[in-house]
Amino acid sequence: MHELLWLVPLLPLLGSATLMLGAGRLSIRTEATIGALSVGLAAILAFSIAAGFLADPPAGSVYQQTLWHWLNVGGFSAEMGLRLDPLSLVMMLVITGVGFLIHLFATEYMEGEEGYGRFFAHLNLFVAAMLLLVLADNFLALYTGWEGVGLGSYLLIGFWWRAPANGLAARKAFIVTRIGDTALLLGLLLIASQLGTLNIADAMQHATQSWPVGSHLATLAAFLLLGGAVGKSAQLPLQTWLPDAMAGPTPVSALIHAATMVTAGVYLIARTHALFLLAPAALLTVGIIGGATLLLAGFSALAQNDIKRILAYSTMSQIGYMFLALGVGAWDAALFHLMTHAFFKALLFLSAGAITMRLHHEQDIFKLGGLARRLPVAFWSFLIGSAALAALPLVTAGFYSKEAILSGAWADGTSGRVLWLAGVVGAFMTGLYIFRAVFIVFFGEEHGHVSGRYGWRIITPLAVLSVLAVLGGLIELPPIFGHVTLLSNLLAPVLPATREVTDITPLLLASLAALLGIALAAVFYWRPTQRPTETPLWRFWHAAGGFDWLYDRVLVRPVLWAARVNSDDFIDSFYDFIAWLTKAVHQQVRRTQNGRVRWYTAGLAIGSVSLIAMAVLL
Amino acid sequence: MTLVWLLLIPAIGGVLAWMAGGRHPDFPRWISLLVLAIDFFIALSLIGPAMSAGHTAWIASFERPWIPQLGISFELNLDGLSLLLILLTIALGFISVVISWTEITDRVGLFHANLLWSVTGVIGVFLALDLFLFFFFWELMLVPMYFLIALWGHEHRFYAAIKFFIFTQGSGLIMLVAILVLVFVHQQATGHFTFDYLALLGTKMNPTVAFWLMLGFFIAFAVKLPAVPFHTWLPDAHTEAPTAGSVLLAGILLKTGAYGLIRFVVPLFPDAAHAFAPYAMALGVIGILYAALLAYGQNDMKRLVAYSSVSHMGFVLLGVFAWNTLALQGVVIQMLAHGVSTGALFILVGALQERIHTRDMRLMGGLWGSIPHLSAFGMVFAIASLGLPGLGNFIGEFLILLGSFQVSVPLTVIAAIGLVAGAAYALLLVQRAFHGNATPHAETAVKPHDLTAPHLVVMAGLFLAILGLGLYPQPVFDQVAAGLAVLQHDGTPSAGPATQFAEAAP
Repeated sequence: MHELLWLVPLLPLLGSATLMLGAGRLSIRTEATIGALSVGLAAILAFSIAAGFLADPPAGSVYQQTLWHWLNVGGFSAEMGLRLDPLSLVMMLVITGVGFLIHLFATEYMEGEEGYGRFFAHLNLFVAAMLLLVLADNFLALYTGWEGVGLGSYLLIGFWWRAPANGLAARKAFIVTRIGDTALLLGLLLIASQLGTLNIADAMQHATQSWPVGSHLATLAAFLLLGGAVGKSAQLPLQTWLPDAMAGPTPVSALIHAATMVTAGVYLIARTHALFLLAPAALLTVGIIGGATLLLAGFSALAQNDIKRILAYSTMSQIGYMFLALGVGAWDAALFHLMTHAFFKALLFLSAGAITMRLHHEQDIFKLGGLARRLPVAFWSFLIGSAALAALPLVTAGFYSKEAILSGAWADGTSGRVLWLAGVVGAFMTGLYIFRAVFIVFFGEEHGHVSGRYGWRIITPLAVLSVLAVLGGLIELPPIFGHVTLLSNLLAPVLPATREVTDITPLLLASLAALLGIALAAVFYWRPTQRPTETPLWRFWHAAGGFDWLYDRVLVRPVLWAARVNSDDFIDSFYDFIAWLTKAVHQQVRRTQNGRVRWYTAGLAIGSVSLIAMAVLL
Repeated sequence: MTLVWLLLIPAIGGVLAWMAGGRHPDFPRWISLLVLAIDFFIALSLIGPAMSAGHTAWIASFERPWIPQLGISFELNLDGLSLLLILLTIALGFISVVISWTEITDRVGLFHANLLWSVTGVIGVFLALDLFLFFFFWELMLVPMYFLIALWGHEHRFYAAIKFFIFTQGSGLIMLVAILVLVFVHQQATGHFTFDYLALLGTKMNPTVAFWLMLGFFIAFAVKLPAVPFHTWLPDAHTEAPTAGSVLLAGILLKTGAYGLIRFVVPLFPDAAHAFAPYAMALGVIGILYAALLAYGQNDMKRLVAYSSVSHMGFVLLGVFAWNTLALQGVVIQMLAHGVSTGALFILVGALQERIHTRDMRLMGGLWGSIPHLSAFGMVFAIASLGLPGLGNFIGEFLILLGSFQVSVPLTVIAAIGLVAGAAYALLLVQRAFHGNATPHAETAVKPHDLTAPHLVVMAGLFLAILGLGLYPQPVFDQVAAGLAVLQHDGTPSAGPATQFAEAAP
């Protein structure tokens, strides 16, 4: 089956191309079929390849496929090639599997929308790009996928193009992430120049051989890659685009801004962990960024009233956990959480979508309420997702993956302990903000009119993801719960092992923090509550620490101002001046040619006298 | 002799088109298509390796004495670089005819004559290796372009045409002086009076003279490229020119500037160019960012695209003076990709103006709803222009940056900011024209019709071209490699390859 690997990204790409070329000529049914089936087939293929891979792993657990020689110029060459190893295998399964469920959901969710086919064309394009990103064996191919997902994200955030606000959100997402992408590109230039190749595996090998730990070049390269990672993964300081990205349709938020694209940064750092291990400063920074982002986003999520923005900040916060895990060297844990997060966050977004589609796209939690009885399917899905997000002990996947991260941090010395503390505070905040939403949306007074019923294409993805959000954690259990290590065994050939922790204290404390958060949410929000008063503190967190404000003043406005005042190009005024000067001199000189003989005679006389004077005197 | 036919066919075709214009307006159009198609296939037949190995990389040559008393000969030489640029020239010329079918209805014969003569001039520039002949073609291509702008342009066409003419003519005179001085210096050194480029290569001269001569050539080509601060003719010329004029200007005429830098400035004056390289590269970087800022501030869609051209040409300037294989190959791809993507954008702006009678983006908006095909292609080429991997422009920019990274890290880092700036203005164009609410003007105007079949075919062709350049650029690299190697050899400073001009580490 391995040989068919190239079909995995190609199928969605073909789906996208077919939908684009057939725009306006296909029926809704056909468009839905092409859109969902292209990813569905890719998923089936991916799972078959995975089965073959697990049953009979190729030598070194790596299967490489060169599609074509892309460039070979001036001693530099790059292939368009794919690489299947356990890391890309996990990513491929998450992307195609969760991706297919979301596509299926969307075929029903988007019914009746203008541009139905365009939606699936862009969604398929995104999946293809994401698959290229994780399967690429070359940095340049990875970068192609990397930019491709940026494009997909841009197209889908701005899907409802008539509203200018959506266009603004889309451009913001593209441009902010492109700042990170540019750092990544510079990192690639550095790697290509210093290590002589952009093949990821070769570059990592050369780096380990030629750069000592802590060397300047390694640190610089790692920081540049980190720049790309924080952009795509919405981490400090390039996190501001993610909440606005919620302008896109909800399945987009589920797929792109929760389950897949935003994990690209995590994937990149895991993929290049050899480089980060050479740059302890960069690796520590990864952890610190993760810790800071998870706290910032956790507090911000508590001050949101829009259900999708709550989920957006929670995504940012959970990816902060993954960064934290990477920073403390708990590589498996980061991937584990990436996977469970994809399940429960997709579940949360889809159930949020299922709620709002029955309530005329009302997203303000205070205008929802009492939905537990009226929308039981959505309620149970959202509840399971929330429990997993809050890491409800023992029964949810999120618990096991978050536990893996926190025990990894606990084991990582002093800095690890500080990050562990941030993680525990974050766990408390997570329980609090997500169950705040649960209680306000599903209990209390009934608001709004609920209409319609769910079809199977809505219910199936919710059911499957619910099961995964509960049971998905069983593939990796800590020592005290039976010590299952399926995932870390799988990843062992590509990622360094994580330290084992047998101490049970951190686990208990973290569980307690999560439970405390949920309990506190129950205390505050069990009974119907009013919209929060806008204290300055609330506003500060509502605006997520005012980064938007800061960037607007420091970067955006000066540039816009410069573009506006110079729209006529001041350099041209120099040439205008020359033209004006020529004309002015012309006007003056023209006066001398007035047709009067006396005038000319005088001119001649003065000229001759001057010339003679000069000849005599000089 | 093939090379002469390459020149003669469009030149004679122009005369025929002019004469046929009086009978029926469709005659010159068909004649032009036919002539350009024949010319294209002739050029296509030249694709292949150079005639002989060794120091030269000419695929075809032609030489006859012209004014032997003055050492002037009719000398044409074609290497891979010239060939690709000629193919681009003819292809864009062909497309210009197609997209002018409905736009140009006045003096159709003369229009096509000028178009073909302009193509002739450009082909001559890419072929001529006698400096006198080169200058002859350099001036020749201006005149028909001047008429294209002045006769078939928009509101301020006379202003724009004269500005275009004065800038290029003035800078051309500086080059003429430089050519003459070079010839005299060469005569003093060797006693041989000649305008032959190959003879003039490696002329010994004192560094000050070399520097000023280099600067004379540089200014002529920098104006044409254009490099900031010599760029101000371009937005006016592009904006006021008819669509075909803009396509030819952006797609082809700008490339003569880049071509001149690669062919003449560095090889003729390697030491001076080497010393000047940091400044030229800095000018390129300034151009990338400054023009991007200007593009962002425009309301006129065509001006936006015009400034984006200037920004892209900043990458070319950066790459040329980085002068290593990576950067130069990047420059070649950048020129081809820019010709395709910017040409496509100008065609779309032209088509839009034909439909809604404005280029002002404040009066646009929401066009996706009424003309989805045009809007979709607009978005595709805007995205190509911002350098999305998989499309040609990315390969160009990436290789230029990779090449310049070996020479100057700070300049490369600043240039890379241009990638963010490019995204900003390209997406702003998409937003203001195609997305958002339809403005009152766009609503009340008669519902515009979408792209017609010829335009769709042209757009699809250009898209395939940019996709091909992005996904499989290797044939281009292979075609120009030999020619570039010779140029690089000639352009290496006498002190030997200094660190600044060193080949890339791998």
